[in-house]
Amino acid sequence: MDLGSIAAIGAGLAAIGAGLGIGKIGGQAMEAMARQPEIHGKIQSSALILAAFVEAVALFAVVVSFLK
Amino acid sequence: MGVETLKIKLLAILLMCSFSGFCSENTSDKKEQGEFNPKEMILHHVKDAYGFHLWDWDGHSVSIPLPVLLWVDGELISFMSSEFHHDSNGEVVVERNGHRFVNYHEKIYQLASGASALAFNEDHYPSNASKPLDISITKNVFMMWISVLVLLLLFITTARKYKQSTQNVPTGIAGFMEPLILFVRDEIAITMIGKHKYKRYMPYLLTIFFFIWINNIFGLIPIINGANLSGNIAFTFTLATFTFIVTTFSGNKNYWKHIFWMPGVPVPMKIFLAPIEVIGMLVKPISLMIRLFANITAGHIIILALMSLIFMFKTIAVAPVSVLFALFIAVIEIIVTAIQAYIFTVLSALYFGMATEEEHH
Repeated sequence: MDLGSIAAIGAGLAAIGAGLGIGKIGGQAMEAMARQPEIHGKIQSSALILAAFVEAVALFAVVVSFLK
Repeated sequence: MGVETLKIKLLAILLMCSFSGFCSENTSDKKEQGEFNPKEMILHHVKDAYGFHLWDWDGHSVSIPLPVLLWVDGELISFMSSEFHHDSNGEVVVERNGHRFVNYHEKIYQLASGASALAFNEDHYPSNASKPLDISITKNVFMMWISVLVLLLLFITTARKYKQSTQNVPTGIAGFMEPLILFVRDEIAITMIGKHKYKRYMPYLLTIFFFIWINNIFGLIPIINGANLSGNIAFTFTLATFTFIVTTFSGNKNYWKHIFWMPGVPVPMKIFLAPIEVIGMLVKPISLMIRLFANITAGHIIILALMSLIFMFKTIAVAPVSVLFALFIAVIEIIVTAIQAYIFTVLSALYFGMATEEEHH
């Protein structure tokens, strides 16, 4: 197995992690918005920011697997 | 049945023509190298270049050349990129003032004196050439200037509309810009930095928000096939560095205390935390840089990969599927352009807010 396919596996694993994280954030944000629609906007923007933090870690992994 | 397939083919061709920048170049790559190499094609499109390659016509490339500016031994050498005749394999040599230049993989190399062709070492790197100081107007630089012009026009007109109006009522383009500017002020600056200090940071936040957004949008225009400015790590590095500099210089006593001598924890922990906090201070702009770069580049790579599927399977039957998927991704990318501009701005504002936060007991 060459280095390229290991890097591809790494990118896939990073995608799984990010998917779980962002899914959790999205789900909980939806729930919170349904419970308290009056602060819908605030929850949405904090959910976006948190998703960006989770995504950053996944993107680090992707960039590392690009560089190999 | 025959009519049905013809219809599908026509539809496919029509859809492909909307991505003419992508598809025409795919065929040219295939022709030249015999075998279609998706990785090479994708990297070629994502990278910066010395001219806008539009399409191929009867085997000739149609492109807009841009000036190449090189600084060699204290003198400026300039010529148009068309002198390379669309060569990026280091074959066409351009001679100016006794220096010889070749374009190898969209990087300009200066051949060593006496050499007339590019030679390679065992790692496939050029062995008899060096890179001169390159200040060329590449397509990224060109698109950046265009976006600066568009932004200047937009905002100068907006400002003028407010001056003209007697009751301070926005008309025309100002009516479109006002909600966006208010969004940056109310949702980003005031929420993240606070009511008292946000004003100092508004010019910077507005600038990066609109600059990133407009460059993200320009990166999606197919005909100038990916003047992928915000997917260029040098560009995002510069923006992240500005955020880092502004954060560092607006840091108050409280901010530095939280980095070097964290209050409220035992002394051994303070010593342990300081290096971690210093690393954290540096990782913040690095994550800003990589987030924007990777998000935009990933979007471009996905669209190009979907397009390459047609040429990998060597059948037009795949075309409708991959074109529809590419269209779907392109629509998502339009949302991503705004979200990434928002995220970059909001995180910058968050860091400024952290730097200027007062001690509270």
